[in-house]
Amino acid sequence: MQVESLSRALAEHPFVAGLGEPEVSFLAGCTKNQRFGAGEYLFKEGSPADTLFLLRDGRVALESHVPGRGNVKLETLAAGDLLGWSALFDPHSFHLDGRALEATLTFAVDARCLREKMQSDTAFGYALTRRLLYHVHRRLERARLQQLDVYRAGL
Amino acid sequence: MSEDISAELVLPRERCGELLELVVKKGYRLIGPKLEQGAIVFGPLRGVDDLPEGWTDEQSPGRYRAVRRSDASLFGYAAGPRSLRRFFQLPDVELVVLRRGQDGPRLDYGSGDTRPIALIGARGCDLRALAIQDQVLARGAYPDPRYVARRANTLVIAVQCTEPSGSCFCTSMGAGPRAELGFDLALTEVVDAERHHFVVEVGSERGRELVAELALALAAPRLSSEARERVAGAAARMGRRFEEAAVHDALLANLEHPEWDRLGERCLSCTNCTLVCPTCFCTTSEDRIDLTGDVVERHVRHDSCFSEEFSHLHGGSARASIRSRYRQWLTHKFATWYDQFGSSGCVGCGRCITSCPVGIDVTQEISVIGGEPCKLNP
Amino acid sequence: MLEFERDPWRVESLRVTRVTRETEDTFTIELDAKPRAGFVFQPGQFNMLYAFGVGESAISIAGSADEPERLVHTVRAVGAVTNALAKAKQGERIGVRGPFGHGFPIAEARGKDLLLIAGGIGLAPLRPVILYAIQHRPEFRSVTLIYGARSPKDLLYPRELLSWASRLRLETTVDRAEDDWFGHTGVVTKFIEGALQNPESTVAMMCGPEVMMRFAARELTTLGVPEKSIFVSTERNMKCGVGLCGHCQLGPFLLCRDGPTFSYDRIGPLLSIREL
Repeated sequence: MQVESLSRALAEHPFVAGLGEPEVSFLAGCTKNQRFGAGEYLFKEGSPADTLFLLRDGRVALESHVPGRGNVKLETLAAGDLLGWSALFDPHSFHLDGRALEATLTFAVDARCLREKMQSDTAFGYALTRRLLYHVHRRLERARLQQLDVYRAGL
Repeated sequence: MSEDISAELVLPRERCGELLELVVKKGYRLIGPKLEQGAIVFGPLRGVDDLPEGWTDEQSPGRYRAVRRSDASLFGYAAGPRSLRRFFQLPDVELVVLRRGQDGPRLDYGSGDTRPIALIGARGCDLRALAIQDQVLARGAYPDPRYVARRANTLVIAVQCTEPSGSCFCTSMGAGPRAELGFDLALTEVVDAERHHFVVEVGSERGRELVAELALALAAPRLSSEARERVAGAAARMGRRFEEAAVHDALLANLEHPEWDRLGERCLSCTNCTLVCPTCFCTTSEDRIDLTGDVVERHVRHDSCFSEEFSHLHGGSARASIRSRYRQWLTHKFATWYDQFGSSGCVGCGRCITSCPVGIDVTQEISVIGGEPCKLNP
Repeated sequence: MLEFERDPWRVESLRVTRVTRETEDTFTIELDAKPRAGFVFQPGQFNMLYAFGVGESAISIAGSADEPERLVHTVRAVGAVTNALAKAKQGERIGVRGPFGHGFPIAEARGKDLLLIAGGIGLAPLRPVILYAIQHRPEFRSVTLIYGARSPKDLLYPRELLSWASRLRLETTVDRAEDDWFGHTGVVTKFIEGALQNPESTVAMMCGPEVMMRFAARELTTLGVPEKSIFVSTERNMKCGVGLCGHCQLGPFLLCRDGPTFSYDRIGPLLSIREL
């Protein structure tokens, strides 16, 4: 019963929307709801990456600690975004901090479960990979614009 | 303008001085051709003796030379390195003088010399160029009042061109060699061993009054047609020709043509072409402050799109490369001028070709960049 | 001296009534336009501001079009003229010519979703549009402002931003932030999708660095906003402001005369040609 309502909610997340019912219910089987309070870390740099997070509500900052500047924010993410891509690739460890800026609700997908399914079911793996690639592409596009530092004086 | 040859008159060479004196008497400043520093250029004339009698020129890409003629023609030359632009849009004009005062600066606006000008010896290309500048500087939403004041009451005594130079292409631009519009009188010089006459066309009421005061005789029909043949002969001798109507689209479709790279390497960005061009109108404004800091003169002076600062934005120049500046100049003259002002910005006078120190020939470049539709001498 | 009627070079000498520092290099100057019987302008139009003895700079009008007697400009001190303007004090005088150019076509957005995207100092030219939209809110189906700045300390009008947040939908984001910033970090394009309810009946107005506007326009058109409903404010080095000096050409346009605001179907293709 609980899995069914999770499945329904999960199906509405932009990362999942449009997947077939069997795929969604498989994903739901690897997923649990996870809440974070304001200031709480979803993950920290160097920690084992075993969860892919799909944000449902709230906001999360991707940060990196820079000596002298403190926690530098690279991007803030909100509902509809996903983070924790490191969980899908070797060496399965996070290279940024993910910290909730406010009360945040996520779908936490067990990465091991997801990786195994993607390996064994190539159609599922392809569908997920395309979705993931789209998010990577979009985030890279934004990172490029951010890197251009267009508001700098004298530009 | 009169198409009626029977209405044309004849001005004998020896009465030319009389015509100019009459014009001066009516309060005009004479601007006409004269030999100055080895070139036939427009400048203030004192009278008929200043005209370049017996002189002509040889022109080709990157080369100009004033040379002696075998006859005593007064107007036997082609467009010289100085256009008429500077007499209407001054190279440097004082806009306003500011004097520091109790309650902010006091502002006194200048206008420069606005006594009416009589143009002597303007060609078809020169008159077309003035019409183009009028469109830019006098016909927009914000006319430049200084230009308008200087252009007001300009008297034009045109001289039809019978001597195209090696750089000319006015026929392609529809600007000559015959001046069809924009004159009060238009003379055609007919000179040979026996005669030296000017056939006079009347283009306005003011022109009619002038010839009436001189009591000129009617030109014999044969003389009139001879004059026309000479102008037609000039058109036939024009060394370069291309299909102007095709240039706008052809250039704008080829903004990344490799020829722009080659031009970027050849062009010295010396600004010569923009200095001699009769339609160039770009200016910049600047403040000149005296040593006490209490008096500021604000000036507007001619500027060139070839200077790097021309397109300066905070952070750098929008057209940092010479390639881009050359492209701006050529596409502006031959293409985007249409979009901005409804006509070409070129009159085919060839000045830019002659004055380019590395001999860049705009007609050649258009044919390379524009391709087949813009082929030279098809 | 000859008097010229409607001389576009005629300078109005107006008194500075207030100077507010916005950020390290940006400040807002208010001029008393009562002697001129108010300064009527369209949101998006600009003035040539003249620092006597130094020169002029084209600056968009940042005040409310409903208050023509208070003439407001927000200026970033980046060159000789703007640095001289930065030194102006209350009671001193600044020369003004204008208003020039075409403003944002607010009427196009009536009955539709109005989406404003501002980057850096680009918020200033949009401020009159924002003030209009707040004042005349029922004219629009929705009003959203996405504002990007370099860092939290570079945000213009910080107090006003707070009050705007309750009257329109506001997303403020910065490129760089540290622990003391709890707003968004990232670029403006991130917020476009979430702001669009009816892409085909949305009118977008943008002002900011050219690169930002190119990225944002791409995002808008990808999501279904017609190019002709996207309006951008362009910038080149205007000298005369009235189409006489040739400096601000961009292909077929004189930006001061034909712009500075253009619909994207007209200006977009030109912005992608390098060094045009």
